[in-house]
Amino acid sequence: MSLTSPITAGLETGILPLSLEGEGTGASDRAAQAASVTRDASAAEPMVRLTGISKSFRPRGSTQEIHALRNIDLEIPRGSITGIIGRSGAGKSTLVRLLNGLERPTTGVVTVDGVNISELAAGPLREARRSIGMIFQHFNLLSSRTVFDNAALPLELQGLSKDQIRKRITPLLDLVGLADKRDRYPAELSGGQKQRVGIARALATEPKLLLSDEATSALDPETTRSILSLLARINREFGLTVILITHEMDVVKEIAHQVTVLDGGRIVEQGDVFDIFTRPKHPTTRSFLGASAKRALPGFIADRLHDEPAPGRAALIRIIFAGEHSTDPVVTRLSREIGRDIAILQGEVDEIGGRPFGNLVVSIPNDGDTLERAKTYLTSLDLGVEELGYVS
Amino acid sequence: MSPELINILLRALGETIQMVALSAAIGTILGVPLGIFLATSGRGELFAAPLANKVLGFVVNIVRSTPFIILVVAIIPFTRLVVGTSIGTAAAVVPLCVAATPFIARIVETAVREVDQGLVEAAIAMGATPFQIVRKVLLAEAMPGIILGLTLSVVSLVANSAMVGAVGGGGLGDLGIRYGYQRFMPEVMAAVVIVLVVLVQGLQSLGEYLARRANKRARVTV
Repeated sequence: MSLTSPITAGLETGILPLSLEGEGTGASDRAAQAASVTRDASAAEPMVRLTGISKSFRPRGSTQEIHALRNIDLEIPRGSITGIIGRSGAGKSTLVRLLNGLERPTTGVVTVDGVNISELAAGPLREARRSIGMIFQHFNLLSSRTVFDNAALPLELQGLSKDQIRKRITPLLDLVGLADKRDRYPAELSGGQKQRVGIARALATEPKLLLSDEATSALDPETTRSILSLLARINREFGLTVILITHEMDVVKEIAHQVTVLDGGRIVEQGDVFDIFTRPKHPTTRSFLGASAKRALPGFIADRLHDEPAPGRAALIRIIFAGEHSTDPVVTRLSREIGRDIAILQGEVDEIGGRPFGNLVVSIPNDGDTLERAKTYLTSLDLGVEELGYVS
Repeated sequence: MSPELINILLRALGETIQMVALSAAIGTILGVPLGIFLATSGRGELFAAPLANKVLGFVVNIVRSTPFIILVVAIIPFTRLVVGTSIGTAAAVVPLCVAATPFIARIVETAVREVDQGLVEAAIAMGATPFQIVRKVLLAEAMPGIILGLTLSVVSLVANSAMVGAVGGGGLGDLGIRYGYQRFMPEVMAAVVIVLVVLVQGLQSLGEYLARRANKRARVTV
């Protein structure tokens, strides 16, 4: 087999990571050989590399260009789960659509597993897409097909035989827990079950990369958790690289290893999830974390929470403890420092990727410079501080 | 009614069924691809060809806006070219097809456009070719709508076939006019109407049954 083209080489290695069973077909044997040749070169290479990406649209009938993405440089390591978070319109959907060539960048280069996606012609692009799975917010299942046939569609498109398809899909339906629903139609399934079919379908071609475009946004919190833990399991067991597009920080916190925060088409912050959660720097990140913290507040506090200060309203802040200060008597010291009483409203120890961090929600009188002094003091102790609002 | 009249009625029914079946088949063979093309060739779509889309759409509209009886006589030269004669049952099939094709095309176009774009995007993301998308996604998902649309087309072909008596096409409508109206035989007229009602009713029920079977969307647990 000739490996002269970097594109072919990349595609061959890509078939490997998710082999659910030892079918030992000729194709996968060849892929294994090809992979052993190229693995050394590709091991250091990130799964996804975006270099100098920008994307602008000119809506029809408009002279104004819309800049969906500006100057994006991003690397996604192999085998990682990466969250890409942003508000609607931040450009996150455009970003993920660049990765499987549903969009082409205006400038810059998109490489997936060493293949320059943005320059592929139609045929090779279709080939490349077969090693990139994608799941969607609204599942996008064919209503005319059963669970089994939906999951089998990508293999049918590749012209696999009925027998090969059955061998591949049956264990996948077991994996996603839908073995008993194989002959049901999507209309008979719950949202979570539909997304499981979507996941089985995305995994059918044994991809190396899984793109999740708001895949849990239409699901209730409990179903969201079960879908996320399924994704985490797939990532762990098959070493599949997962990219999660979301507008919910909780999704990122639940399973991502690293996170990229998008705002206005730019990357405003990126890094390890634990660091971003415990020491957010950019205001956009803080507001995402704030929104997530507010959701966790007990109802009686949340009901009295306002965005604007007013006389008689105390400031509500969240102190985040990570690392060496987690055992310091911070609250009493803070109280002494600002010379005021502090009420503790909520506290918990949370965990990201097995690393614990403390969360304390306290109310501080909001008069004069009390709040500012408190924040300065806490920051000097290297603690994370977030303003959640004002309570009456 | 005399046995003779019943014979004439049966022959007329046979002619109607022949004309309708043949023109429905040809109309479907031509109309379905045309409809798919109309639904997928707009700007930025799967087989983007905006100019061809506009031109074909315009032609379809012209045919659709011509009253059928005028169409029958207007295309007589074309009919003669195709079947070698401009009168008789075979000649009647030509204008029926010409009318049915754009009708079916529009119905298929509407049904295909109803298919969720998210499904098309998902198929593209899986690496489907445009033809695979048409076959496995668009046609499969639009099938219930297409079946109902074809039922509608067949029923309107039955109605149109009543008018081809003008070119000697025969059939039930022709019988009703010549015997029932021109010869003052109201019982023939009544018989023709009853047979047509039963025929249309049967076609409609069959179409609805097939569409229901194809539709897996509203399926409740069985």
